[in-house]
Amino acid sequence: MSEGLGEEVKTNPQGDVITAAPAPTKEAKKGAAAQRVVDPDYLFLQAPREKTFITGSEAAKEAIRRANVDVAISYPITPQSETMQQVGYLYAEGYVKDYYRGEEEYGVMSAIAGASRSGVRCLSATAGPGLMRGLEVISSWPGGRLPAVLLIMCRVINAPLAIQPDNVELSYMLNTGCLLFHAENQQDFYDYALAAFMIGEKPEVTLPVAVAVDGFFVTHARGWVSLPAADIKLPPRDCYHEAVPMMDNENPPIRISRDAPIQKSNFISYQMHASWQQEIWAAQERSRKWIERWLGGLVEVVNPKAKIMIVASGAAVSQSREAVRQAAEQGIEVGLVKIKSVRPFPAEEVRAALDHAEKILVPEFNYVGWLAKEVKSTIRGSERVISGPRVFGGMSMPTELILEYIMGTPNRR
Amino acid sequence: MALETIRVSPGFQKFLPKEYQDLVENGPFTKERKVSELGSFKEILEEHPMCAGCAMTLFIRVTLLALPSVENSVIIGTAGCGRLALSQAAIPFVYGNYGDTNAVASGLKRGLSVRFKDKPKDVIVMAGDGGLADIGFSAVMHSWFRKEKFTTIMLDNEVYGNTGGQESGMTQKGMVLKMAPNGKKFEKMDMIGLAKTSGVAYIARIAPTNPTRVANTVRKAVLIAREVGPTYIQAYTSCNIEYAIPTPKVMDDAREVEKDRYGFMEYMTDDAKAYWEKSEADRRKLKAPQTK
Ligand code: SF4
Repeated sequence: MSEGLGEEVKTNPQGDVITAAPAPTKEAKKGAAAQRVVDPDYLFLQAPREKTFITGSEAAKEAIRRANVDVAISYPITPQSETMQQVGYLYAEGYVKDYYRGEEEYGVMSAIAGASRSGVRCLSATAGPGLMRGLEVISSWPGGRLPAVLLIMCRVINAPLAIQPDNVELSYMLNTGCLLFHAENQQDFYDYALAAFMIGEKPEVTLPVAVAVDGFFVTHARGWVSLPAADIKLPPRDCYHEAVPMMDNENPPIRISRDAPIQKSNFISYQMHASWQQEIWAAQERSRKWIERWLGGLVEVVNPKAKIMIVASGAAVSQSREAVRQAAEQGIEVGLVKIKSVRPFPAEEVRAALDHAEKILVPEFNYVGWLAKEVKSTIRGSERVISGPRVFGGMSMPTELILEYIMGTPNRR
Repeated sequence: MALETIRVSPGFQKFLPKEYQDLVENGPFTKERKVSELGSFKEILEEHPMCAGCAMTLFIRVTLLALPSVENSVIIGTAGCGRLALSQAAIPFVYGNYGDTNAVASGLKRGLSVRFKDKPKDVIVMAGDGGLADIGFSAVMHSWFRKEKFTTIMLDNEVYGNTGGQESGMTQKGMVLKMAPNGKKFEKMDMIGLAKTSGVAYIARIAPTNPTRVANTVRKAVLIAREVGPTYIQAYTSCNIEYAIPTPKVMDDAREVEKDRYGFMEYMTDDAKAYWEKSEADRRKLKAPQTK
């Protein structure tokens, strides 16, 4: 919040700025009541926008303000990001209809599963260890065909535990069946989060969407974000036009076989499991046209003809852009493929963008190099890929490091 | 609308199974059915794969009959014997993850309350002692602390029946079971005491020896949860397999256990009492002119 600037800024032990909870003003409440529903195309693509200089957490808040969310459920996992408490203020102001602080992530993600089944639009956000606690439940959302939006502010999950950014947790998200977008900056975090609601709720998709962002670098830092006016919002969730019936006893059939326990060892259960899983991954593919329409594609390609190409997602994209610029100063042309959607994975696009490349770098903010593995298993000639540079545990990624990888061939795959 | 979704469109009558039509016409959807009428109409639960003579099945059968608004109820369960029957009943059933029942119910109930302001939608959790007192403990307790408006029914067979007989927190001290090879080392968890401490509006402890009483208790719990706050029923539903109770003796065992340590007990907060007395008086008033 900007009030703190200029005065003495108080921080908590983890270094986050402490903001007192302001009671919602009458004006704020009027704002929520006066919002009008607009077409998603208008909100995403046409509405006039103004630039503001805000943190990633605030960008998420601005997305939620315009997302017509019914139920938001929060938990202050350490390391904490401000987003879910910001959503609490939105609830107090009337922008979100119901909101509470759950017991812990397992409970929160389960409650999201319940809320989504009731037909309302729902949201939660978590970070690192919180995501891991919720993962058992999150992995079952797609099979239940439960649209919901989960914001992930990536943080260290492995020992020694730290509160720093590191996105190894996303490697666990890759195979859950959730759609997964990875935001580069504050602007992306706003745009992806808002579009996520509409994409996940499309009848042919009907899936949860996770929108990840590299914690701290984006959530706690400010960046320029163009926002449309706050008096417009998305249409409400249209739950009766989704792939499965709601648990509200208002639409037949009365028996919701979607939730039958398929645990018997027999041919019917194998079939059922296979068909549910096939449906999930087919539905992921069907989300592509909406990602293309509202996020401008699953990838962004810079300098498409360059012989050296970088593939990156999240905050690593920003660092790579800078490396591309610095390399150009030295007369070396480097290209960049920004992966916006990790699930569905833009396999065709990546293959096409890298076909001509002689050397491919994949800089990442994690130890395991999950994106490099994705790229290698997608393209022809995977020996062209240099899996790195990689930093982890909260380290920043100096552009010099990327440049080193561009210039030389580090002794590492 | 809820009831309409069950009714058969005239054009489809000849295609739908006789059982379905029978359920809609004669089941407990349109008329309130008494326990004494059991067996004379199509029930919400008929076929199920539970062990012969399992007391839990009788309890579930009576519970489903007693729901004040069957066509507006959703049941949440978890792994365990009970869900084998619940998932076969003609009522929407959510089977989520292990120990998630009361968290799922919290989200579901809140979502339904956002969407249906003037129409009560009842959410009922029905799960075992392992599901609620062990793996789901945190979710149960927090749903109570938060005063979530739904009913939690524990099918307390004092053992993990479905996984083959391991001790649970609700097992009695000293019992020799799997994972308690030398006998359970600590007391049966006092979930009723915990329910009181956490401010549950209506609490009942019951054995299935008197089906009419079971029905009345369930009805009361669901109605109070609708208006006042969380309600909890802890029901002794013996596992005749793991405790080696001969099938014909299941009810004898229930009666013995009831007499010994599981006697019927009811507790209401003042708010719940005030609401219940008023609503019963209103109900009597409403009924009076009709009987003339
Ligand atoms: S194992 Fe026990 S509790 Fe489960 S169905 Fe059989 S008798 Fe009932």
